[in-house]
Amino acid sequence: MYSKKLARLAFGLLAESTLKCPLTRSVSSRVNAVRTPCSWTVCLHHRQKNPLSEGLTRLNVRTVSQTTLDPAEVRKFQAMASKWWDLQGEFAALHSMNDLRVPFIRDNLLNVHGIRQLGKPLAGLRILDVGCGGGVLSEPLGRLGADVRGIDPVEDSVQTAELHSSYDPDLRERVRYQACTLEELAEEELEGFHAVVASEVMEHLADLDAFASCCQQVLKPGGSLFITTINKTNLSYVFGIVAAEQLLRIVPSGTHDWEKFVSPEDLERLLESFGFYVEAIRGMMYNPLTGAWSWQQSTAINYALHAIKRKEEPQPGQVWAESENLDEPGRATNYS
Amino acid sequence: VKIIDFSFMPKIIRILSKDHRDEESSTSENQLFDIIISGGGMVGTAMACSLGLDPNLAGKKILLLEAGHKKEMDRVPETYSTRVSSISPGSATLLSLGAWDHIANMRCKPYNKMQVWDACSDALITFDKDNLQDEMAYIVENDVIVAALTKQLQTLSDHVKVQYRTKVVKYTWPRPYHVSESIPWVQVTLANGKTLQTKLLIGADGPNSMVRREAGIPTVKWNYDQSAVVAVLHLSESTENNVAWQRFLPTGPIAMLPLSDTESSLVWSTSHQHAEELLQLDEESFVDAINSAFWSNENHSEMVETAGSLFRTALSVLMPDSGSARQLPPSVAGIGPKSRVMFPLGMGHATEYIRHRVAIIGDAAHRVHPLAGQGANLGFGDVAYLTKVLSQAAFNGKDLGKSMQHLLEFETERQRHNLPMMAAIDLMKRLYSTNAAPMVLLRTFGLQATNALPPLKEQIMAYASK
Repeated sequence: MYSKKLARLAFGLLAESTLKCPLTRSVSSRVNAVRTPCSWTVCLHHRQKNPLSEGLTRLNVRTVSQTTLDPAEVRKFQAMASKWWDLQGEFAALHSMNDLRVPFIRDNLLNVHGIRQLGKPLAGLRILDVGCGGGVLSEPLGRLGADVRGIDPVEDSVQTAELHSSYDPDLRERVRYQACTLEELAEEELEGFHAVVASEVMEHLADLDAFASCCQQVLKPGGSLFITTINKTNLSYVFGIVAAEQLLRIVPSGTHDWEKFVSPEDLERLLESFGFYVEAIRGMMYNPLTGAWSWQQSTAINYALHAIKRKEEPQPGQVWAESENLDEPGRATNYS
Repeated sequence: VKIIDFSFMPKIIRILSKDHRDEESSTSENQLFDIIISGGGMVGTAMACSLGLDPNLAGKKILLLEAGHKKEMDRVPETYSTRVSSISPGSATLLSLGAWDHIANMRCKPYNKMQVWDACSDALITFDKDNLQDEMAYIVENDVIVAALTKQLQTLSDHVKVQYRTKVVKYTWPRPYHVSESIPWVQVTLANGKTLQTKLLIGADGPNSMVRREAGIPTVKWNYDQSAVVAVLHLSESTENNVAWQRFLPTGPIAMLPLSDTESSLVWSTSHQHAEELLQLDEESFVDAINSAFWSNENHSEMVETAGSLFRTALSVLMPDSGSARQLPPSVAGIGPKSRVMFPLGMGHATEYIRHRVAIIGDAAHRVHPLAGQGANLGFGDVAYLTKVLSQAAFNGKDLGKSMQHLLEFETERQRHNLPMMAAIDLMKRLYSTNAAPMVLLRTFGLQATNALPPLKEQIMAYASK
């Protein structure tokens, strides 16, 4: 429901520049279409060399792997850092969503893998957090013992995340951040992860097919995919766009595009076509008065989804026969 | 042609750009703890044990700091010590995670019944479980409790460390907002100059808590004009001794708590002046004073006696089965060799139990009058609940000190439990501090009525046993 990228963009750092994102359905038609300064739809466009951003990149000579920080950079980060990690700030709802997301991921992984170590239930598992932002979700997963890799195309977020986790020696060892896109990572890390988490990211992507394909590539067979996103219903228009953006102004206008919301049925169909088996879908609800999230029956607005990559590699373009027996992952008989 | 050697440049650049944060963190890495508990008394040591035994907190680095020396007890000393506590079944359950076995092996005395009565009238109330076989609570010496917990801690030494003879001189609090280049943890500076860092600081350092003071937590407190005199009593004759006795004198309550078949513990709360006089008395006079305090009826006035007996008759008509005969406590023959001690009494309550990365438990958070024997139990209740809350937070991958949601849950729940108890104890103390006739009548009727209502008594016992 929130654009994690919003605050940073609002500072005008990347107001005009857009990021390389090859996840486009058709690049040329979209290039001139959507260029709102405050929108995370920037991923539609190739990077446009912009004097402002060039100047900034020249200042940013350091790659994100170094921890030395330039004082000018530090000042910028301070402003952003307080936004990301201010538990009463703009991202408060993302922090409180951890109360649902973390147990959801933890329990489903424990069901699949069993408890590995007391005190560190996710020890030994490699998890990829796509669109990690400031590391809001990566850190709790790291504390639970998992080996977390957080990726985000926006360098500033990644640096914020690194800065925040650098103080805690536990996190420093277990949580690593990288400023890149999922495609770039998929080339290096084939079948490298036990789980992929894409929380509040789907509603900002243009090309879901490419996303699903990359997830399928980076996951080990039997690996888990966790997605939280917003449904495409009338109710989500009323609450997610009208109420949140225009009436209550929880989120600035233009953050979300209702067209981009995905319904759980569509998402399930998409994932199944890429060799996933959808194991659970649960509805979530945000209460703006208490600032807390809760599970609910209806997936009309927000929902969380857990899918497992089937153990057998599907042939590309394969269409699955509609069969009642297609319940367990890894059944070879239905593939042809 | 001069060739300028630039080979030193990379080194300089490295030095200039060296992240001093790295330097700081590398030296203090082994001194960053997940939880530091300040204060190794009964409640602090119990907290360390409880955290150490929790499965979700396995692997967390926990440190207990205690200014005194290690209290070990290979064999229980012959003589009883004067400071004892009444341990409720709820607290016994908390301690049963290992330490209770040590306590049972050392020394403890269960009691089945408690009689509380007034000096100014005949009113009395008795508490007991339905069948006198069940234990109401246990009297255990404080030294035994600490020694048992210390023994338990030794089995957890892989992730719970203890530093004895360690005094803290300063606490440095982090900013609640994340600011780059500042340390986000609580820093604890010791007397030996070392500084430790922790993600969560738990203050269990007693009624004059330094943690509470330094954190600036406002406290509501007042002194009772009373001191408690404690001693070990030798009874005239050996008896089953499974009853706790407490009589409310106008100057304050006097209590006799069983320790064994032949010995009991005395806790006599009275005015400062009287307490000093009692300490000065020779043994015989002291013993006489105690016996007379329990037995004499000199504070009875006729009017009150008549009113009291009328009311009792009325009650026995309404509820024939209620009412109990007044029993007299065993008489005292002598006192134990360890000298009598006195200490001042007061009430205190911290308005907040938590701050960013800080929590306070035990007497640091709440201090009560010993008349209800609840001080230690409230502290153990804090320990149990805080452990539960931290365990849940750790299982959700949260930063233990920063998760205000969980810390607030602890504070709310414990304040809801502690405040009514403290209010009741304070009320009792004030109610019984006078021998003015109206108050005496009021409390006489109140006590007799409560005694006549078994459901009400059961509620009171259940609340106190938690």
